[in-house]
Amino acid sequence: MKIRLENVVKTFETFRAVRDVSLEIESGELVALLGPSGSGKTTILRMVAGLEYADGGHIYFGDQDATDIPVRDRGVGFVFQHYALFPHMTVAENIAFGMKVSKVKREKAAIEARVVELLRLVRLEGLGGRFPAQISGGQRQRVALARALSVDPKVLLLDEPFGALDANVRHDLRRWLREIHRELGITTIFVTHDQEEALDLADRVVILKDGHIIQQGTAEEVCRNPQSTFVMKFLGDANVLAAEVRDGRAYASGAAIDVSGMADGKAELYARPADLDWSAQGPGIPASITRVLDRPDGRRVLATTETGELLEFDVEPERPVKAGEGGFVTLRRAKVFAV
Amino acid sequence: MRRNVLPGLRLSLGVTLFYVGLIVVLPLAALVFKAASLGPEDYWRIVSSSRALASYRVTVLSALGATVFNLFFGLALAWVLTRYRFPGWRIVDAMVDLPFALPTAVAGIALTALFTTNGWFGSILADLGIKVAYTPLGIMIAMCFTSLPFIVRTVQPVLEDLDPALEEAAQSLGGSDWQIFRKVILPLLTPALLAGVSLSFARSLGEFGAIIFIAGNQPMSTEITALLVFIRLEEYDYQAAAAIASVLLIAAFVMLALTNWMQSRALRYTVRG
Repeated sequence: MKIRLENVVKTFETFRAVRDVSLEIESGELVALLGPSGSGKTTILRMVAGLEYADGGHIYFGDQDATDIPVRDRGVGFVFQHYALFPHMTVAENIAFGMKVSKVKREKAAIEARVVELLRLVRLEGLGGRFPAQISGGQRQRVALARALSVDPKVLLLDEPFGALDANVRHDLRRWLREIHRELGITTIFVTHDQEEALDLADRVVILKDGHIIQQGTAEEVCRNPQSTFVMKFLGDANVLAAEVRDGRAYASGAAIDVSGMADGKAELYARPADLDWSAQGPGIPASITRVLDRPDGRRVLATTETGELLEFDVEPERPVKAGEGGFVTLRRAKVFAV
Repeated sequence: MRRNVLPGLRLSLGVTLFYVGLIVVLPLAALVFKAASLGPEDYWRIVSSSRALASYRVTVLSALGATVFNLFFGLALAWVLTRYRFPGWRIVDAMVDLPFALPTAVAGIALTALFTTNGWFGSILADLGIKVAYTPLGIMIAMCFTSLPFIVRTVQPVLEDLDPALEEAAQSLGGSDWQIFRKVILPLLTPALLAGVSLSFARSLGEFGAIIFIAGNQPMSTEITALLVFIRLEEYDYQAAAAIASVLLIAAFVMLALTNWMQSRALRYTVRG
C-alpha cells in the first residue's frame, strides 16, 4: 500500500508538532522517521495510524483519502513503544484479540491456526500460554509485532520499536525485523531517535526537526551528502572547526580542503572522527591529547587545538598514545558549510 | 533474620502488632468469648429466632442491593471523574468523600426528611405509589449513600493508571468501544471492583446511624441486625447481643475471604514464573 502525506499539519494546544509535512512512501518500502524528541516524528506516525487526526492536509492510502478514517477501520498494524500488551491475556490471547473482535467472523480453529503460524513467524513457538509479565522485553516486542500482523494490516507502524531494550537484544531484533519485512513485503514505517537504527534498517531515512522534514534519502545519500549542519551533527559524532573559504579552498587552523564552487566567506568545517588522522610530525593542525578512551574496536582520542577547539578522532588499538602528548591532526575529508 | 538496610523494623513491627492486637483483635475476641459463654443451644436459639432471621434477611438483601447499585453507579462515577474534565470537576470529586466525612446520623436525618411522604422526593414518589421511608427500600438508599465512596475510591486510581496505549492498541486491532471496555478495561478493573464491593458490602452490613431514622425499625420487616444488637444491649442482655453480633462478624469475614480469593484469581496474570 502506497502512502502519501500532503501538507499535513498538527498542533497540540499552542505547540506546533507537525508543520506542513509532505511525504510519499512506496508500497513495500521500509522507512524510518528519524529525529530528536519534539521533532514530530511520533505525531506523524500516529496520524498515519489514525490515533491522531491531522488539523490540516491529507493522508492517502493508495488512492483513498484516509485522513478522517478512524484507526479501527484503517487497517494498520501499530506496535507501541512499550508494547501495550494486554496484561490479563496470555501471549496467544493477545495475538488472537484482533481476529476475535474483527467484523470478519473466523472459525475458532482458523484463529488458533493463525496464532500458531504467527508465533512461529516471531519465533515464540511454545510460549503462547505465558502471560506478558512472564516473558522478556525482547519477547514482548515480538508478541506485539505478531499481534499487529494478525489483522493482515496494509501498513505496519512501529513507534520506537527497540527503544526499551538492551543493546544486544536490540541488535538482533533489528536484523530480524529486516528479515520479516523482506518475507512479508509490507509497507513499514518506524520512528526512532537512534541514527544507527534508522541507517541500518531502513530503505529510506526521513530526518525531522521541529515538525519539518529536513532531509530524506537512502542511508548512503544522507550520510555522504548531508545538506545541513543539523543533519551532519545528528547523524553522528562530528568535529567542528571554524574555517574561511577563499578561492575555492577552505582554511581551518593549519588545514585546508578543496571546496570548489563555494562562495568566499566565513564557514564551518565538519569532520567525522574517522576523517581525522594523528601524527607526531606536521604538517597539520597542532593539538595536544587531553584524554584517551579505550573501546572494543579502537581508541578514541580527545584533543585540544592551540586555538582551544575540541577534536575527537580514532586511532588503531595498538597505537601508543597518552594524555598530554602533542602532535598534529590531518584532515582526510570534511564537509564545509557556510555560516 | 536477614540484614535490612532500613532501620527500626523490630520497634515498628512491635508497636503496630501491639496496636492491632489491642484495637482490633481484643474486642473481637471478647465478642466471641461473650457469645461462646452462652452454650450451643442457647446460642442457636438466639441467633435463629424468627426476629433475628428476619433482621438478617432485610440487612443482607438491602446490603446486596445497595452494593450492586453502587457497583454500577460507583464505576460510572469513577469513569467520569478520571476520563473527563468539566467545570466543577473538583467539587464533584470532593463530594464523593462526603458520606465518609459526614456523621452518619446527620445523613440519616437528611435522607428521612427527603423521603418521608411529605418530603421533597418522598411526596413525588408517593404520587407514583412508591414508598421509601420506613421500608427496606429506604434502608437500601441509606446503605447506598454511606458506602458509595468505597467503589469510587478503589476503582479511580486503577483507572487513572491504565495505560492509554492499551485502548489504542485494541482500537488499532479493530475492537469496538464496547468490546474494548468488556475485554480490556473491565478485566483490568475487576480486582479493584472486587475490593470496593467487599468493603461496600461489609460497611452496609454494619451501618447503623444512617439507617435507623429512615428504616422505621418494625420488628420482622424493617429492623436491621445492628439495631437488634443495640436493642439487646439496651435490655442488658449482653450475651444475646454478642451472639447476634457474632453472626454479622462471620458474614463480614466470609465476604472478605470470598472477595480475596476472587481477587487473587483475577490477578493470576501478574504472577511471574
